[in-house]
Amino acid sequence: MRQLPIWKPILVIAVSLLALYFALPTLYEDTPPAWLKGDKIHQGLDLQGGLYLLYEVEVEKAVEQDAESLVDTVKSVMRDARFRYRSVARSGVDRVTLRLSPESEAAKIEAALKKEVADVVITPKGADGFELVFTPEKIKSTEEFAVQQAIQIMRARIDEFGVAEPSIQKQGKDRIIIQLPGVKEPERAKNLIGRTARLEFKIVDDKNNEQALATGRAPPGTALYSFQDKGDGIAPGKILLKKRTVLSGKHLDDARPSYDQYNMPYVSVKFDRLGGRIFARLTGEHVNDRMAIVLDGVVFSAPVIREKIVGGQASISGSFSPQDAHDLAIVLRAGALPAPLKILEERTVGPTLGRDSVNQGINSIVIGGILVVIFMALYYKGFGMLANVAVVLNIIILIAVLAGMQATLTLPGLAGTVLLLGMAVDANVLIFERIREELRSGKTPLAAIDHGYGKAFSTILDANITTLITAIVLFQFGTGPVRGFAVTLSIGLVASMFTAIFVTRVLLAMIVRNRRLNKLSI
Amino acid sequence: MRFFNKLTDFDFTGRRQLAFMLSGALIVVSLLSLVTQGLNFGIDFTGGTLVQVRFEQNAPIVQMRQELDKLDLGDMAIQEFGDPREALIRFEKQGKDNKEQQELLGGVMGALEGIVGKGKVEQRRVEFVGPQVGDELAEQGLLAMLLSLGAILIYVAFRFEARFAVGAVAALIHDVFLTMGFFSLIHHEFTLVVVAALLTVVGYSLNDTIVVYDRIREEMKRLKKQPLGTVINEAVNRTLSRTLVTSLTTILVLLALLVLGGAVIHDFALTLFFGVVVGTYSSIFVASPVIMFMDKGKPSPLQGGKPTVESA
Repeated sequence: MRQLPIWKPILVIAVSLLALYFALPTLYEDTPPAWLKGDKIHQGLDLQGGLYLLYEVEVEKAVEQDAESLVDTVKSVMRDARFRYRSVARSGVDRVTLRLSPESEAAKIEAALKKEVADVVITPKGADGFELVFTPEKIKSTEEFAVQQAIQIMRARIDEFGVAEPSIQKQGKDRIIIQLPGVKEPERAKNLIGRTARLEFKIVDDKNNEQALATGRAPPGTALYSFQDKGDGIAPGKILLKKRTVLSGKHLDDARPSYDQYNMPYVSVKFDRLGGRIFARLTGEHVNDRMAIVLDGVVFSAPVIREKIVGGQASISGSFSPQDAHDLAIVLRAGALPAPLKILEERTVGPTLGRDSVNQGINSIVIGGILVVIFMALYYKGFGMLANVAVVLNIIILIAVLAGMQATLTLPGLAGTVLLLGMAVDANVLIFERIREELRSGKTPLAAIDHGYGKAFSTILDANITTLITAIVLFQFGTGPVRGFAVTLSIGLVASMFTAIFVTRVLLAMIVRNRRLNKLSI
Repeated sequence: MRFFNKLTDFDFTGRRQLAFMLSGALIVVSLLSLVTQGLNFGIDFTGGTLVQVRFEQNAPIVQMRQELDKLDLGDMAIQEFGDPREALIRFEKQGKDNKEQQELLGGVMGALEGIVGKGKVEQRRVEFVGPQVGDELAEQGLLAMLLSLGAILIYVAFRFEARFAVGAVAALIHDVFLTMGFFSLIHHEFTLVVVAALLTVVGYSLNDTIVVYDRIREEMKRLKKQPLGTVINEAVNRTLSRTLVTSLTTILVLLALLVLGGAVIHDFALTLFFGVVVGTYSSIFVASPVIMFMDKGKPSPLQGGKPTVESA
């Protein structure tokens, strides 16, 4: 006690200054001055407002689409080799059934298919056909690719939407977590991110349209699609389209919002070279037909083709607001999601609620802190003040570490801080009670201090380690705010051990160093 | 200042029958409440949608109920939240996909604007949890609880003795049970945040228990000849000031949190408040006496009694 190694006070001072340096930017209301390089504490979505989304990529839809294109491939193989067959159709998520005519040569067909299609297991199905099933590896890679691509496309969309610090993470096999802090228009953001944006061009079957609408029955190769209400007087309803997609959004090069001569917003799209060629040929073949522009299965518009369109430009009109046109251009440019998204979890916190939470949280910390400080000063007098110094330093270290680690402070985290305040004094209470006991049993002040610290140490260690265990479990198994709470709790525990045991002791040693103690203020 | 001017020598272990009867009665009440009315699980666990809105004037709860009933939202609850201008709407229905979910929310906000006029109601918070995620969250919550109990059991058994570990875990289960029973009784919403609070209670209560255990271990060495009851009494009495001071400081800040922390954090603070009180009680009256039952198979009636303090 009387011999205080010089490194101890130096360590205390160094830690205090360092903590203060990292904590200061957070403590500033506005922008901190330039010499303070540290970061502010990163506030969780529940504190700064924002949007948390958990999506599931419906990967089986991506497999289904693969199966659909397998149908096309099989058909073209059969056509090219002039094999006879009865039908080819998707017969499950990951399989296609080919039914042969009785006179077709099964062995030859099987050989031809094996040559043309990869990653598929071909098995005879009954006497008159084959079943083509994707291999498990193929399905797995399709699913993985769908999730990866979905992440990429979502990122592109969010980047264009403009969010300061978006976070997009993959979770598990087919889930994506998106966090958008500070988003002011959550509805719009959700629309933008979650939209599949599958763009298709299909030809209207005007010949059978009226009859189909009347009977509700579509001739083979066609289907009734719903027509979006455009607010242009034409009632929303159904329209009969040929099922085949003649051109898709895959061939888009660019999409931009624009205004027509009546100042109505529309989206102009530019095809890539192949797309431009297909579009020119298509419009050439279908002059005077109507071509439907279908977005996510809903017909946007179905203008009559007046002439062959070369140059690879087209426009999508509808009754857009300028914002709709802008957002549509973004999703078209970023591309269609490979599979639809299902929203599993969503949490939106408005900016005003976040601000209220921060204010209320800080108020309770300050008031709670003051109550504890007053109580400690009354109960333990001089030593109580020592504990108070430790508590204040504890909070500063907590803020500094949170800011330095770029950990996220959440509402339960803030509440955890309040709780820590109450518990932070515990180590000191243990020590001081011990010192009181030692004094009671007649020890000298200095011996009482030494014994007090010594005996309390293992208790403090055991008590804190067990609490730390719960914090770690919380962190491992909690989500979002709960994890934030666990982080705050763990840092606070470690910091309180340092301040309560080490710092108070060094301060004590510095105080009593040159004085002879007859009585302790405890 | 101090709570006790003299050394206390309350006979805690002597009253253990009384304490166990009290704890037993409370557990029965909790159990009855949990069985009969269950926990009011929030959407975190059940799945569903929650919307928190703020009106310019007081929330027109009755009208809201009338208007929203027309939307056919499934099981629905509307309540004032913290401030008379704020309301919480909870409903079961969910959209099939992104778009339907949007339309659902749009419909709710539209209906509210229909009551008070456009721009006079602010959407402050929206939470939507799909049923599948709800189940997973519930599973994870339970798993976290069991795992932390397991980890604690191992740590305490390693650092102390097996019977101490049993005592500590008995006290923790006691605390968790009572707190959940309390939640069932007051019928507040049981959410993920409450689970976090529950685990914190576990941490706090354990902290308290370990401090007493540490002292019991120390006193066992000092009072080798004394019966266990005496040793435990001595340890609990010696740590009583500390137990009360720490509980008090913690309760002081929790009071600040309860009064000033706002509605969102209210249930978190309430859980902790109740848990700290129960945790303090259990570290004295449950965790320690349980060791006596574990002592050599069965308790001896002679083991209670006043502590005899040796001259130190």
